[in-house]
Amino acid sequence: MAVVFKRPHALTNVPTHYCPGCTHGIIHRLVAEALDELDLEGRTVGIAPVGCAVMAYDYFNCDMIEAPHGRAPAIATGVKRSVPDSIVFTYQGDGDLAAIGTAETVHAAARGENITIIFVNNAIYGMTGGQMAPTTLPNQVTQTSPFGRDISQAGFPIKVCEMLSTLEGSSYIARVSVDCVRNVNIAKKAIKKAFEIQSQGRGFTLIEVLSTCPTNWGVSPKDALQWLRDNLIPYYPLGVYKDVTEVKKEELCDG
Amino acid sequence: MEERILMKGNEALAEAAIQAGCIRFFGYPITPQTEVAAYMSKRLPKIGGTYLQAESEVAAVNMLQGAGAAGARAMTSSSSPGISLKTEGISYMAGADIPGLIINVQRGGPGLGGIQPSQADYWQATKAPGHGDLHIIVFAPSSVQEMVDLVENAFDLSDEYRIPAMILADGLLGQMMEPVTIKKSEGGKKLPEKKWAAKGHGHKRAHNIINSLYLKAADLERVINERFERYKELEVKHTRCERYMTDDADVVVVAYGATGRIAKAAVKAAREQGVKAGLFRPITLWPFPKQDLKDIAKSAKAFLTVEMSMGQMVDDVKLAIDCKRPVDFFGHTGGIVPTPQEVLDKILKLAGGER
Ligand SMILES: Cc1ncc(C[n+]2csc(CCOP(=O)(O)OP(=O)(O)O)c2C)c(N)n1
Ligand code: SF4
Repeated sequence: MAVVFKRPHALTNVPTHYCPGCTHGIIHRLVAEALDELDLEGRTVGIAPVGCAVMAYDYFNCDMIEAPHGRAPAIATGVKRSVPDSIVFTYQGDGDLAAIGTAETVHAAARGENITIIFVNNAIYGMTGGQMAPTTLPNQVTQTSPFGRDISQAGFPIKVCEMLSTLEGSSYIARVSVDCVRNVNIAKKAIKKAFEIQSQGRGFTLIEVLSTCPTNWGVSPKDALQWLRDNLIPYYPLGVYKDVTEVKKEELCDG
Repeated sequence: MEERILMKGNEALAEAAIQAGCIRFFGYPITPQTEVAAYMSKRLPKIGGTYLQAESEVAAVNMLQGAGAAGARAMTSSSSPGISLKTEGISYMAGADIPGLIINVQRGGPGLGGIQPSQADYWQATKAPGHGDLHIIVFAPSSVQEMVDLVENAFDLSDEYRIPAMILADGLLGQMMEPVTIKKSEGGKKLPEKKWAAKGHGHKRAHNIINSLYLKAADLERVINERFERYKELEVKHTRCERYMTDDADVVVVAYGATGRIAKAAVKAAREQGVKAGLFRPITLWPFPKQDLKDIAKSAKAFLTVEMSMGQMVDDVKLAIDCKRPVDFFGHTGGIVPTPQEVLDKILKLAGGER
């Protein structure tokens, strides 16, 4: 019997702790598939964040390091500079990457650090129970913006891809989504390309993945996907923001 | 190959680290340790190493953490306000058993404090170098040569026990020029193999996980208990101190680092006047040389700690001798260095029975 679907080797065979319907699981799978297809697992070191993905160190089969909140890009830098032929990726949420770890993120990009960041933007602090994140939309209700994010008080969301693509050090910056099969396939391509660019030593790559948090958004997994489509994608347009290898935008984008 | 050369403390320290096999350095500028980074930035690129100026001390210590987790012998260096920022990384390194060397060339505090020599980070280094149940190995050299020698020792112990180590120096030592001999190993120092490191498994073993998170209380307790066994062994095997004329001393001065030298001069002067003074100089501040002090307390009549702080080591001395003898304190803070004469005056007063 032909095998048509199996667990990627780069994923361990353990149940994850993610909530039902959460798209963290899909993103894990895409990263693992990319590592498999490029045969990178053996020389890869992954850096887990503080956030819902904190236990990613148990889920990826490559060597793993758990970072302090927001510091994954600095940890990744230390690894990459010490083991230059390793492949290093971080997997970070929006609070981790765009609030407490903003400096580490921006400077890793500015240095053109030869690492790959998988940035999971679910517009909320998932792990701590649904507080406002730096990417929470204007008027979005969270535990700590109970009347909706008031931009006069809380300011504006941070558009990470737009910001980092202005830095000369960044090489490949793309925003993708995992809300539907077509976008999942596009996301896969982008993630794989980021790892390819890294293995060619061509610099800093970041893939922002729009992701759901049905639990803290307070909706069903199915409605969460629709909410992402209706609210996140318009505010955070999908596409390639920077590409030093210059592949045309249409190939990766289903904006 | 060994030659004796005149070097500034900070630069000698940096060269000693390189000779000890450390070719990864992550720093952020701050007075009075900047020469360490400047020296590394000159030397490391030429020998295939990494000098990286981080965006902050927080980033620098986490780069150190990454390098250490990947199995590299690595170091970061800073001064007091920067060390406060590094406490996050130090705690995580301690919690994940990641070796690495942190240099603190202390200056006055709290806050921005001053840029003159100080020993006001004793409490931070020995009691709370980060949150949680943890210790780090803390060395306090008192000369440029000793600083050079302790660097290699610090790296070796940190690797062997998988506990972060710190050299607690001060602006005086960092800026001082002295003749030193730096041991050079032909073909570079041979470093220990680190099977636990995360640097790619090459499909030859199961994946390594470097982590400080244990959600089950019993797991966390077990891991910490195991770590404290290592602390205990370190304490037994690697506590270090210098005893100078303590055998028959009535007044024993306890001082570490640069202050230890000042105190030694005062002790010599006291002896010349017929006063039985001695010097006890802890070389490891953690583990603190408790047993040696306790032994001395059997014959000594009084102790005097001398520090460039408000007396942060006093309690450790009292505890070490079970408060069996009076422990007095003399010091200056804010960047003022005590003079041998001031220390001598205090010794003479104590010897005369005055407190
Ligand atoms: C220094 C520090 N501050 C705060 C926390 C608490 N904390 C844990 S996870 C988290 C937010 C994570 O949110 P995000 O990065 O968006 O990831 P998600 O959980 O949504 O995947 C916070 C604030 C912490 N662990 N460490
Ligand atoms: S809290 Fe949200 S982001 Fe975290 S696992 Fe649950 S659904 Fe996913």
